[in-house]
Amino acid sequence: MSAAHDDHHHGPAKGLSRWLFTTNHKDIGTLYLWFSFAMFLLGGSFAMVIRAELFQPGLQLVEPNFFNQMTTMHGLIMVFGAVMPAFVGLANWMIPMMIGAPDMALPRMNNWSFWILPFAFAMLSSTLLMDAGAPNFGWTFYAPLSTTYAPETVTFFIFAVHIMGASSIMGAINIIATVLNMRAPGMTLMKMPLFVWTWLITAYLLIAVMPVLAGVVTMMLFDIHFGTSFFNAAGGGDPVLFQHVFWFFGHPEVYIMILPAFGVISAIIPTFARKRLFGYDSMVYATASIAFLSFIVWAHHMFTVGMPIAGELFFMYATMLIAVPTGVKVFNWVATMFRGSMTFETPMLFAIAFVVLFTMGGFTGLMLAITPADFQYHDTYFVVAHFHYVLVPGAVFSIMAATYYWLPKWTGHMYDERLGKLHFWLSFIGVNILFFPQHFLGLAGMPRRIPDYALQFADFNWISSIGGFLFGASQLILLVVVIKCIKGGKKATAQVWDGAKGLEWTVASPAPYHTFTTPPNPDLIEAP
Amino acid sequence: MASAGSHETYYVPEQTRLPFFASIGLVLMVFGLGNALNDIKSAESASLSTWISLFGFGLLSFIIFQWFSTVIRENHAGLNSDQLKRSYVWGMSWFIFSEVMFFAAFFGALFYVRNFVVPWLGGEGDKGITGEMLWPNFTAVWPVIENPNPALFHDPEEALNVHEWSLAFFAKFLPFWNTVILLTSSVTVHFAHTALKANKRKQLVQWLSVTVALGVLFLCLQVLEYTEAYEHYGLTLNSGIYGSTFFLLTGFHGFHVTLGTFILAVMLLRSMKGHFKPDDHFGFEAASWYWHFVDVVWVGLFIFVYLM
Amino acid sequence: MLPKAKLWLALTVAALTMLSTNLQAAWDLNMPQGVTQISRDTYDLHMQILWWCVAIGVVVFSVMIWSIVNHRKSKGAVPATFHESTKVEIVWTIIPFIILILMAVPATRVLTHAYDASESDLDIQITGYQWRWEYRYLRQNADEDEVSFFSNLSTSRDEINNTMPKQENYLLDVDNPLVIPINKKVRFLVTSNDVIHAWWVPDFAVKKDAIPGFINETWTIVEEPGVYRGQCAELCGIDHGFMPIVVHALPQDEYDAWYAGRQEQARAARAQANNVVTRDQAMATGEAIYNRTCVACHQAGGVGLAPAFPALAGSSVVNGDLTANIELVLHGVPGTAMASYARMLSPVELSGIVTYIRNSFGNSTGDLVQPADVNALLEAQ
Ligand code: HEA
Ligand code: HEA
Ligand code: HEC
Ligand code: CUA
Ligand SMILES: [Cu+2]
Repeated sequence: MSAAHDDHHHGPAKGLSRWLFTTNHKDIGTLYLWFSFAMFLLGGSFAMVIRAELFQPGLQLVEPNFFNQMTTMHGLIMVFGAVMPAFVGLANWMIPMMIGAPDMALPRMNNWSFWILPFAFAMLSSTLLMDAGAPNFGWTFYAPLSTTYAPETVTFFIFAVHIMGASSIMGAINIIATVLNMRAPGMTLMKMPLFVWTWLITAYLLIAVMPVLAGVVTMMLFDIHFGTSFFNAAGGGDPVLFQHVFWFFGHPEVYIMILPAFGVISAIIPTFARKRLFGYDSMVYATASIAFLSFIVWAHHMFTVGMPIAGELFFMYATMLIAVPTGVKVFNWVATMFRGSMTFETPMLFAIAFVVLFTMGGFTGLMLAITPADFQYHDTYFVVAHFHYVLVPGAVFSIMAATYYWLPKWTGHMYDERLGKLHFWLSFIGVNILFFPQHFLGLAGMPRRIPDYALQFADFNWISSIGGFLFGASQLILLVVVIKCIKGGKKATAQVWDGAKGLEWTVASPAPYHTFTTPPNPDLIEAP
Repeated sequence: MASAGSHETYYVPEQTRLPFFASIGLVLMVFGLGNALNDIKSAESASLSTWISLFGFGLLSFIIFQWFSTVIRENHAGLNSDQLKRSYVWGMSWFIFSEVMFFAAFFGALFYVRNFVVPWLGGEGDKGITGEMLWPNFTAVWPVIENPNPALFHDPEEALNVHEWSLAFFAKFLPFWNTVILLTSSVTVHFAHTALKANKRKQLVQWLSVTVALGVLFLCLQVLEYTEAYEHYGLTLNSGIYGSTFFLLTGFHGFHVTLGTFILAVMLLRSMKGHFKPDDHFGFEAASWYWHFVDVVWVGLFIFVYLM
Repeated sequence: MLPKAKLWLALTVAALTMLSTNLQAAWDLNMPQGVTQISRDTYDLHMQILWWCVAIGVVVFSVMIWSIVNHRKSKGAVPATFHESTKVEIVWTIIPFIILILMAVPATRVLTHAYDASESDLDIQITGYQWRWEYRYLRQNADEDEVSFFSNLSTSRDEINNTMPKQENYLLDVDNPLVIPINKKVRFLVTSNDVIHAWWVPDFAVKKDAIPGFINETWTIVEEPGVYRGQCAELCGIDHGFMPIVVHALPQDEYDAWYAGRQEQARAARAQANNVVTRDQAMATGEAIYNRTCVACHQAGGVGLAPAFPALAGSSVVNGDLTANIELVLHGVPGTAMASYARMLSPVELSGIVTYIRNSFGNSTGDLVQPADVNALLEAQ
């Protein structure tokens, strides 16, 4: 299939300009992935500061104010800087190859979507160096702590959110246009790999909610600088209005971080089980249902704000419903493994860990959805444990699984399987030591976002911190694996994994700079 | 390959410097603006920041201009396949959808405030105890003319929305005329489109000019309305939630009209230069969609901000 | 690889052992059952749903692990070819749905109960401040003396900064606990003076956000006398971790005695308001107040915390016009973290604190403020 590499197609440009000015989906994908990894290290370092301060009761390392800045920046950078760009990077690399398209639909805009991000995050991070200090009001930035009582750097935070929102919207538009318009002949919607489907739906979520986020920070901007009173009762506004608008964005946002992960897992499990994905159609419908439901559950983050009871009940029921389509997905994955012929290379290990640990995070999510019980859980470490289970061994593990899975396709070399497995096991053990005890902390009553705690929380905190250091340090192995793999290693075949199916495995490894400049043979396109 | 011969190649542009510098422009613009706002708030001089911001804005505008010229040039050079044009269609439609959601946030805020917050503050409904205990002097009426705490947010003197349902009133009611103007402009831009499709260039230019003129007229009336609000009605950004919702909704709408008028003006210039073909004029079409969208938002505004 | 693996294994085992010793040492693994009907109902609900999840998890993961063990290529497993079945899809859509209904029914019941704040015996307004709570007992009739007070963290800064051993109830002690009678329906009207806080006592299963400008209602009936502790549960700025809640639940007669004593104190404070204090008295009161109330922001030694919190040492306000200084402390600086202390402190305390800051940290105005001076300014409004 390397015939796709025709003469009249140019390879990459030389030097720095290749990366600054590229319109190639693979280059842009690479940029996104490296950027995301850098942000993961940065956000992770902030988490290490948090865990180090919480290692013991008492204030040891940092001032409470700086601690709050760490919490806030950790959340913001992990969510907007690490996880979301990682998935966009994967989308850039894989979607055109999976649907047999020559590139993304709008390649120049693609470059713009990316290059906004480093600047936006540079601006956001630079607030750490300013006199007033970085944002310290949590990644959920509730008014009026983030308006009337905020450090003046909140203005930069607001603009950073604006421009990264613009980046996300452009990225999402690009993906929609690519998926709807660039599929090779014969690639019908119901033949698309699930990763493409989940991303298509994610892109809709992004387009629907990023503007709402822009709207809410705009209201903040006006409250802060132009004297409006959206979030101030003295002028007829309401701080809770902020929360409604924020969570209308915020809840779909968490599914933005998990739906592409579902797509990745749905690609990996069939490959290593050597068996077709069970229930393809129901996977598509389940994803769509989750996306739909995600718009009507936002106030489950606000059960304690004193909503009228009808609201509490509605949001509780709607939230609980999400367990049904998510369950369908979990059952389908298990059914795919059932009576397969499995091998356990690193991507599969991460995928299996994903299924187990994400499901555990989902269960605690369901517990949080039970309104009266949430009165006890809310704003404690139980919530922290919940969302880290769905985000770290959930979203982040899926990104790692995807990296190992497609790395041979990207670099043309096999990665070091032994190091990969070591990375997996250390991560798996580390992540559980890190986050499992936090369930107990939360139930025992430890509030989140505190730099110091009562003595009865001491034991679980140091255990959690140890797990954190272990997990954090293990991530350096990933860096080593990736660099080694780029530099060399066993040559990868086009198919790489003997159970791999789909168009991306029909092109050579490493994938040529331009693929599918002529569409693939429709006969190659099978139902996934 | 079987299909290779019949395949129309997709135009994947070569390397481009535009987006990278556009990002620089964008970030300088907001960074400068952020600094300037903070300086103004702490009563310092903001001159340098303002210049940075303006420079960023200039750079961004320049690049966007370049960008569109490139796209137009490529289209004239016949590089664009039908498939690429469809990509533009999808792109523009979903961009407009994202704009709809941006306004939805403000409309949502308006509904929430009117239906829940103001009654609660006024002592009605589920959380009426709020009003009874904390704001005993506040009564729930919309528009809010007397704020819960007039010391912090000064009271507007009068509401701008419809006071009486009579012909005489509407005849002097600016927003009503603005509605008429915008709705008319939607029709005229449609006429321009029809003319273009029928390759009647002169009518195209005429109808488009009328549309642009109507857009400008709308903006002038809007400026008039704002001056009235500030000077005669005491309705400002600072006058509580009524002013807040009023100015953000109409303000962002006005901003979009400005943009839309500008885009249509560019389309007008292009029409006069002979751009667009009856079967190939997506730039024009996109502009007109945008204009219709701005129009629909106004209808929503007129109903929920002025009438109800 | 092998020795390394062993090392990790050893570490894991060590961690697990510590974990299990901890299990035996303290029973704080699970949600407290608490001392109210609602808290026990909530606990039951929590356990019920937890067990449902465990059960589902066991089923799902068993199938998965069984497949992993048996259907591996190395064991010669040959992949089956089935890949869909509408029937099982329907089954595993319906069953979770039914389970959810089983969960929703008791949840709805408990919630409806928890939301019914009507017919209370006693109403207390709770106001969150950065970073303390104010409790105001709503009077039955207007000519009663009002009981209201602030409740501050009483753990010393030295314990927090590790220069002193930490006491039991570290970070969970306050100077003035909330006192309520047992077996009475106490209604809490929760609000805030600045940012959002949340008033939470786990043993009551009561958690309600304190939202500036709004009132949230909640309630409790405590069944056993005792001391119950909680913490602020909404990020509210720097000292969010340092605004605990302590509630003393007393039998009715003890409560009544306490309440009468408080009313007496209120009368006494009013009487004192025009007392004349000596310089030493004023400085002592002031120092106590400073260390309790102001130190979080203006820091020990009055050095402040640049750039958010100005130093009082050498401050132009503190060394400038006396009346302006008193007024600043009385009214705060609107729109900043500097709150109004007119209600938070009594005239005696206010006169003390102003005297103190004007004669400490190297400031030496020599002023002595009398409660009457403060009162005059208070009444001038
Ligand atoms: C990837 C991100 C992600 C994902 C996927 C989820 C998934 C879910 N979340 Fe989570 N959540 C977060 C990220 C995420 N969450 C974050 C970041 C926060 C905190 C934000 C902040 O405050 O900072 C949060 C907070 C949060 C809260 C608010 C808690 C509080 O602050 O008090 C709630 C409450 O309802 C909730 C519920 C749920 C539910 C019901 C799901 C469901 O989607 C889970 C569904 C999955 C399953 C249930 C498991 C699989 C299903 C089966 C095996 C079928 C059978 C099961 C049953 C019938 C039980 N989440
Ligand atoms: C995708 C999102 C994501 C991810 C991946 C993580 C990853 C981690 N998070 Fe998370 N976290 C959030 C999203 C995420 N978090 C959010 C949204 C919040 C809420 C914020 C708020 O309240 O506003 C939060 C809050 C939060 C808290 C609660 C803070 C508080 O309430 O005060 C804690 C505390 O333990 C924590 C810990 C960690 C740790 C240890 C990791 C680890 O997994 C990180 C591991 C990674 C690294 C460590 C980097 C790589 C390694 C190096 C750089 C080498 C150097 C390493 C060493 C020195 C050991 N996080
Ligand atoms: C929540 C934090 C906080 C607490 C607690 C606090 N202050 Fe302040 N204080 C501030 C801030 C912020 C300012 C600066 C306000 C401004 O921007 O002008 C300030 C300013 C002042 C000033 C004026 C200083 C100057 O040079 O401008 C004085 C005097 C003062 N505070 C006294 C006190 C006293 C007395 C107490 C305790 C009874 C106290 N403060 C408690 C935050 C606090
Ligand atoms: Cu008060 Cu947190
Ligand atoms: Cu949610």
